[in-house]
Amino acid sequence: MLALAVFPLVAPALGLDFYISFVRRVLIYALAATSLNLILGYGGMVALGHAAFFGAGAYAVGILQSLGVNSALLAWPAAMLLAAVLAWIIGAISLRTRGVYFIMITLAFAQMVYYIFISLRQYGGEDGLNLAGHSQLPALDLANDVTFYYVVLVLFAVLLFLFNRLVDARYGAALQGIRENESRMESLGYPVYRMKLTAFVISGAVAGLAGALLANHNLFISPSLMHWTQSANLLIMVLVGGIGLRYGGVAGAAVMLVLEEVLRLWTEYWHLPLGLLLLGVVLGAPRGLAGLVGPWFASRTPATEPARKA
Amino acid sequence: MTFTLVIEQLLNGLQFGLMLFLIAAGLTLVFGIMDIMNLAHGSLYMAGAYVAAETMQRTGSFVAAVAVAAIATGVVGAVLELVLIRRLALRDHLAQVLGTYAIILIAGDLVKMIWGPAPMMLNMPAALAGPVRLLPDLMYPAYRLMIIVFGLLAAAGLYWFVTRTRAGVLVRAGASNRQMATLMGVRVPILFLGVFLLGAMLAAVAGALLGPITAVQIGMGEEILILVLVCIVIGGIGSIRGAFVGALLVGMVDTAGRAFLPMLLRQVFSPAVASSVGPTLAAILIYVLMAGILVFRPSGLFPARG
Repeated sequence: MLALAVFPLVAPALGLDFYISFVRRVLIYALAATSLNLILGYGGMVALGHAAFFGAGAYAVGILQSLGVNSALLAWPAAMLLAAVLAWIIGAISLRTRGVYFIMITLAFAQMVYYIFISLRQYGGEDGLNLAGHSQLPALDLANDVTFYYVVLVLFAVLLFLFNRLVDARYGAALQGIRENESRMESLGYPVYRMKLTAFVISGAVAGLAGALLANHNLFISPSLMHWTQSANLLIMVLVGGIGLRYGGVAGAAVMLVLEEVLRLWTEYWHLPLGLLLLGVVLGAPRGLAGLVGPWFASRTPATEPARKA
Repeated sequence: MTFTLVIEQLLNGLQFGLMLFLIAAGLTLVFGIMDIMNLAHGSLYMAGAYVAAETMQRTGSFVAAVAVAAIATGVVGAVLELVLIRRLALRDHLAQVLGTYAIILIAGDLVKMIWGPAPMMLNMPAALAGPVRLLPDLMYPAYRLMIIVFGLLAAAGLYWFVTRTRAGVLVRAGASNRQMATLMGVRVPILFLGVFLLGAMLAAVAGALLGPITAVQIGMGEEILILVLVCIVIGGIGSIRGAFVGALLVGMVDTAGRAFLPMLLRQVFSPAVASSVGPTLAAILIYVLMAGILVFRPSGLFPARG
């Protein structure tokens, strides 16, 4: 954390100016991946539609801006609200199904959202929309690279702190109980459905905020943000980082984005090594890289191995 | 909205639905027997289309193109099953989703390396390039008609295979209860390899046949994969009959929605509203259909497991 905080101060001296923006992008994706980790790793819900919330948050900023609302204090909560409402609707229906059907129905809903945003021609349709400028905060200028970096970093730190508190709290423990044995938790009197839905909505809202930040980062939004392959990418980040590990989402986002950047320098065929790496992780390190690096990096309540089927 | 237009669109829907069924059949059986979520099925479809385009350019024979595509993709599918899918079948669904997603990434780049990033041309056979007169005032492309006939034959063949042959009985036994089938002496791994191979070949044939109508390009597999998944989820995972009904439903609803929905909306709303809402509604119609079916029947229309 400290390294991240001083990074913009030392970066110019090292000639790494470009990487300020890169690290900011990593932080934004880390936020999105962490939000997915809450429902995937702690709640045991394999949702293949997280990009819908991410993209909806980005679009909330874009649409509000074209309506003349530029204040981040309005637009970012609005992005979270939109994503949360979306997550509530999708979750309320999807959580009635189990297993593969849950994967499929979240995917279907995400595709629906994707097509709805494609059809919004006044907001760019398939081509996307350029934003006129950054959202505005009182006394802070987000157009300044370093300022925006610190805003993202502070939000990231606060949300990660809250995330840690949440999973340590009674609610978090109960959520992990649901992951391990849903019917037992039901018998113990926990409102399983409502708790899962709550996690889904929280996760959606945070993803929405990440989307709003990304819209400001790119100054561009397009429906490709919510294509289903984006949802898969977020899943990959969580898996590579370590499912159900506290910093799994963060580690995954960092590793994947750095890797993508490095591989792109070398070859245009960067999907291929990425795919091979992914296969390696899936087959060789089911608990992700964070799980490999060692228990000292993992959370105090280690996640169990992914359930093996008979 | 004339009568012939309706007939034409229905035929288009039927044609699309039958092709979806060819792809869905393999996927749903693989799913049913081994309970594995195979996202790479779309890549096999893409491989089929690319191999067919290459063969067509070399030999000029469409029949050869389809045959070579089926065989080559079958081999690829068998290797994939032996090397990877077999292992993933022992893991949870998340590992399967990501493992097969890795195949999508790898397959996309391999195709780009071999054939380049530009879309490929796959011409339809010259003999079928013209239209056929079906009714006095209904002309329909001969090629699409051929696809319909072929698709119906393939569906009938599959139905015969699954319900009337010994291998089909084993497949159904495996799909309805794998453990019980194993205990009864069915060699499930070999059965599964066979089904995976068959599924890969069917997907390749669908890719080769659809190639001349759609574009042969990278990403075509992911595009159609989602539709196929919707088909098998609607039908009930593991059920071949469900896949057939689901595929026809999706094909019809999707085609008819795109063709008629804007028109119908115009009758009710203002043209401005209709032209903006129509295409959106048509695009999400099948997902609405799927969500609706899952709400009322959480395991599809024809669940394979009781």
